Amino acid sequence: MTAPLLDIRGLRLGVAINRSTHHPLLKGVSFQIMPGEAYGLVGESGSGKSVTSLAVMGLLKKPLAISGGEILFKGQNLLSLSKREMRRLRGNRIAMIFQEPMTALNPLSTVGRQIAEMFVLHQGKSWSEAEKLAVEALGNVRVPNPDRRAKNYPHQMSGGLRQRVMIAMALACNPDLLIADEPTTALDVTVQAEVLRLIKELCAARGTAVLFISHDLGVIASVCQRVGVMYSGCLVEENETRALFADPKHEYTRGLLGALPRLGSRSEHGRQRLVDIDSIIADRSKLTETRFIAPRGAEGSQP
Amino acid sequence: MTAPLLQVDDLHVRFPISGGGLLGTGKRTLHAVNGLSFELAKGECLSIVGESGCGKSTTALSILGLQAPSEGMIRYRGQPLAGPGAPGRMQRAKAVQMVFQDPYASLNPRQSVRTSLAAPLRLHGVTATSEIEGRIEAMLKNVGLTPEQAARYPHEFSGGQRQRIGIARALILEPEIVLLDEPVSALDVSIRAQIINLLLDLQEKLGLSYLMISHDLSVVEHMSDRVLVMYFGEVVEEGGWREIFEAPAHPYTRRLIAAIPDPAAALDPAAKQDRFADLPQFAGRRFVSDGSTSPDVFTAPEGSELVEITPQHRVRFSVK
Repeated sequence: MTAPLLDIRGLRLGVAINRSTHHPLLKGVSFQIMPGEAYGLVGESGSGKSVTSLAVMGLLKKPLAISGGEILFKGQNLLSLSKREMRRLRGNRIAMIFQEPMTALNPLSTVGRQIAEMFVLHQGKSWSEAEKLAVEALGNVRVPNPDRRAKNYPHQMSGGLRQRVMIAMALACNPDLLIADEPTTALDVTVQAEVLRLIKELCAARGTAVLFISHDLGVIASVCQRVGVMYSGCLVEENETRALFADPKHEYTRGLLGALPRLGSRSEHGRQRLVDIDSIIADRSKLTETRFIAPRGAEGSQP
Repeated sequence: MTAPLLQVDDLHVRFPISGGGLLGTGKRTLHAVNGLSFELAKGECLSIVGESGCGKSTTALSILGLQAPSEGMIRYRGQPLAGPGAPGRMQRAKAVQMVFQDPYASLNPRQSVRTSLAAPLRLHGVTATSEIEGRIEAMLKNVGLTPEQAARYPHEFSGGQRQRIGIARALILEPEIVLLDEPVSALDVSIRAQIINLLLDLQEKLGLSYLMISHDLSVVEHMSDRVLVMYFGEVVEEGGWREIFEAPAHPYTRRLIAAIPDPAAALDPAAKQDRFADLPQFAGRRFVSDGSTSPDVFTAPEGSELVEITPQHRVRFSVK
């Protein structure tokens, strides 16, 4: 069996309120991502999906601090790396796309230069060579007229184009792992569909593994092979995507799926009320006591 | 025949844009809404769907009286609601109210819920404290909050509770028409269902008419009686929810529906492919645009007309 690319073991993380009190945000989260696999994390705001990704990227800032566990990337514990070693990895082997591309891009620099910087910093290319590669990278994410667009500033682009620039930057150095944190939440539906297809195709073609974070179960289902459901700092259920949607085991997953207005459900069932998640869940404080983690390879299906 | 509750007739909204042209001194006109007509019946939920920039929010602002139409009429029970002969802001507020997308941004953080809800009542001449209190209490119960929560401030509530307050604020003057601008898109999935259920309950209980603006088609399918699909200022297709979602005729509508990340479709690609395969083609008719390229918003759109293909189901074709 192949070794996992990313292996998170019992990750604990919290926010320091004062010297003696520590409020836990992740209460022992463990999951693995295989090379080339798209893994989805779903859950509501505050469930700990985003801090998990920030922990992997080594971007946690005070008062957030890791209090236990390991993050193994290709067998190496990221938590034991120095800042300098982490910087070398970040953007190069592990890259990230954020929700709001406008705030993640530098408004004072052209997008071509921002992509070129990746090649200069991580691959030691000259600026002139890097700028040619940047144009090529824009073409790869299907930005029309890439040589003209490379001279644009972020504000001259639409939201969908900016997100493509983010993807071009993230994939510039052919990372092993791409972390996508709600990458399409700010986009229109048709643009979202294009961006999702782009992420899926590029990562499949390059063998890049994806950690995909979203609160939208539909988005997760269309991209990921395996899904983890987070609630209150715990991974409460994990399974192959198809199996999770067909047969949710945990009451929280069942509530989430039931609360989703699904296309076509009205013609089958009429205009009925959606399932109120609180009516399914008897006691929210007991939710994290049961966990359903399905073993890998039980169902080798690809969505 | 009685007049429809809300009637929008050939609405045009154009914005002058300066600074265009070669020398930067040219003046251009942006055509935001081009000849929009529809009626909203009592107790109905009509949804306007479309992407950013299609003119759906401009339409809502025109109905609220916050954007003067360039042409066309908006009538409420046969009386003008906007444009010449329109009533003042105070009268309009009793007829139409809006629930905003982001409840946190639309509530005054320095006012308690009670103050926020009492202000419109006072402005409309309800001054007796006991009546104000009574109406606030009843309204909070209606939206699933407790009267004790009236003393709290917006930051003390969760996103879902804040949207409940936003709904209470919109309903406190007992309007007949409520504009819902992406009412659940800022909320968590688990909360969304509760707010959708609340809106449906209130509609039945109070006989409200909803005009919903949204790009979330699964919510639209769930809530609407009729749907208008807008694309660059024009309605490209309109019909009952069943026609729009089960037999969409315009390529743009099909693209919108196909773009929804739907778990069932994602896991069963065959179902998605076959869905609209055997729809009728329209011999001799041409669509102005299939929605894959953007038309120029600075020129008046080319001639087109809405053609009824089945009762209550109309699609826009080019007249050429």
